[in-house]
Amino acid sequence: MATAVLIANLQKSYGSIAAIKDISFVVEQGEIFGLLGPNGAGKTTTIRCLATLAKPDGGQVEVCGISAVDKPKAVRQRLGYVAQEVALDKMLTGRELLELQAALYHLPPVAAKERINSLLELLGLTDYAERKTGTYSGGLRKRLDLAAGLLHQPDILILDEPTVGLDIESRFIVWEFLGQLKAAGTTVLITSHYLEEIDALADRLAIIDQGVVIGSGSPAELKERVGGDRVTLQIKEFTPQEEAQQAKTMLESLAFVKSATINSTRGNSLNLVVERESDALRELEQSLTAKGWPIFSMAQSRPSLDDVYLAATGRTLMDAEMAAAGTRDLKAEKKQSMNRR
Amino acid sequence: MITQSPINKSLSPNSSFKKDVEPAASPLADFFQETFALTKRLFIQLQRRPSTLVAGVIQPFMWLLLFGALFANAPVGLFGEELNYGQFLAPGVIVFTAFSGALNAGLPVMFDREFGFLNRLLVAPLASRYSIVAASTIYIMALSFIQTAVIVAASAFLGAGLPNIAGLVAISLIVFLIVLGVTALSLGLAFALPGHIELIAVIFVTNLPLLFASTALAPLSFMAKWLQTVASLNPLTYAIEPIRYLYLHRDWGISTPVMDTPWISISFGIVLLILLAFDALVLLAIQPLLRRRFA
Ligand SMILES: Nc1ncnc2c1ncn2[C@@H]1O[C@H](COP(=O)(O)OP(=O)(O)OP(=O)(O)O)[C@@H](O)[C@H]1O
Ligand SMILES: [Mg+2]
Repeated sequence: MATAVLIANLQKSYGSIAAIKDISFVVEQGEIFGLLGPNGAGKTTTIRCLATLAKPDGGQVEVCGISAVDKPKAVRQRLGYVAQEVALDKMLTGRELLELQAALYHLPPVAAKERINSLLELLGLTDYAERKTGTYSGGLRKRLDLAAGLLHQPDILILDEPTVGLDIESRFIVWEFLGQLKAAGTTVLITSHYLEEIDALADRLAIIDQGVVIGSGSPAELKERVGGDRVTLQIKEFTPQEEAQQAKTMLESLAFVKSATINSTRGNSLNLVVERESDALRELEQSLTAKGWPIFSMAQSRPSLDDVYLAATGRTLMDAEMAAAGTRDLKAEKKQSMNRR
Repeated sequence: MITQSPINKSLSPNSSFKKDVEPAASPLADFFQETFALTKRLFIQLQRRPSTLVAGVIQPFMWLLLFGALFANAPVGLFGEELNYGQFLAPGVIVFTAFSGALNAGLPVMFDREFGFLNRLLVAPLASRYSIVAASTIYIMALSFIQTAVIVAASAFLGAGLPNIAGLVAISLIVFLIVLGVTALSLGLAFALPGHIELIAVIFVTNLPLLFASTALAPLSFMAKWLQTVASLNPLTYAIEPIRYLYLHRDWGISTPVMDTPWISISFGIVLLILLAFDALVLLAIQPLLRRRFA
């Protein structure tokens, strides 16, 4: 399979902030590739370097073997780019916006007309085509932006957080649409900080955190690699800290338990990593009852992508989000991002 | 809501549009296509939001009326023999109006930048980013010509007279040259400055001072020596003076001296060359700004 996107040792700083320290991944033709990471991980910056909106400080960025730095125009021709924030001209109708987009990609007018009609139809926008985009709902705006990105039938469609802030129905439409795109042979590169989204959609993914790739492969591979199964155990609905600590010590002494952590945000429940082959639940139940511990609830599951993230960074994706939310000056960044190069 | 066909051909990648594989069939045709589309967008905006045009026509009219009234009782002959202030003023208002409009040309681009719409243009395989400049220029040019026509008509009505056809053509050419340069300058600033606040600040501090430091409202001979020097370096003066000459004389040619500076008097041909040089300089100067954004 040919390589659609190659990013190798990419680096990019804004002043003293290293937005991307070292990012490498390869997207094969025809696959859906996910970039997963918490807020501020460097997803958008990576995408901007790929879409020729930002100039990398170092490393390689190639699309179909063409360098984005040396031949930006050829790269732009092959990419469809749907930005994280939808920017439409609110005075234009949906159709007028697509007509403008078609001209920017130099589609012959007759072909453009047909393409526009078929994409409007495909994305359920026909009824709204003659209305000004200023009157559109969030979901409609996103769909129109998607249509614009696909107008010139790009080899690779880049979607930066396509479902953030969308209602369930619009989100579902986007997901389904991505499936159709893939079936039709278009390569898709999608960023997200929703685990479930990437897990369900992506053939392969790279998890990035603080400007570096901390793991890449198919979702199954990544989960396999962290190994073991997860057990979530609640002694009581709310377990006092001391009791939880005692239980933890006891559980850690069991041979098939690899590790145990206390989740203080969930009433001091216990998160265990256990050996895959073990009959963990039954053995746990026996040990606990033998020692006189009650059991409020207990469940075993395969590792999720969050466990992959947790194993690599020592925190959950949710915690990382919370931490990032506190430290970013979004207003200053928005202003700065206009001057990004 | 979505068509449920298993494989939809129209979603497949298609290389028939990808002209870069071979060199583009005609980069010039591409340039015209994108310029036309971008210009069309600006005119659609104008049509649905015509207040800019309405204000742009009312304002020079007020200048004519108010400044005209301000000097209504000035001693006869003060502005030159057989010349009333209305005649003196009309060329100044024509040029100043075109200049202000052109100076604001960067604002929509700046808003596009802040809003993220410009990224849509920057990720597209444009034949040249000068198409963005060209579209804005065509748009501003059209507005300027409408305004100029209104001012010429209004001042004829207010008693300033009307140049002949050749004169009107020459006026159009001069307006064209000054608008081109100033529009390019403003667009350059829109790419270079951090945000619209800064751009508006620059517009604010250039607009009126350049008006007063030109011969739009008073002749050089009225001014302090230093201001005479400044006014003689001000591009606006090089647009105002020849138009003023055209308003007053029916006989003129390329070598007719049409304006005086403290140092030399300058012919019509040289004035045009100076305006052309101004344009060339600005267009060259903004080139790195357009390229800066990772061309
Ligand atoms: N213009 C800028 N100036 C300074 N720092 C920036 C700028 N843009 C991004 N950053 C920083 O670079 C890092 C990566 O930002 P980026 O926008 O790429 O993250 P992201 O993964 O897309 O996040 P999100 O999920 O919130 O969209 C962050 O730490 C951010 O604070
Ligand atoms: Mg982002």
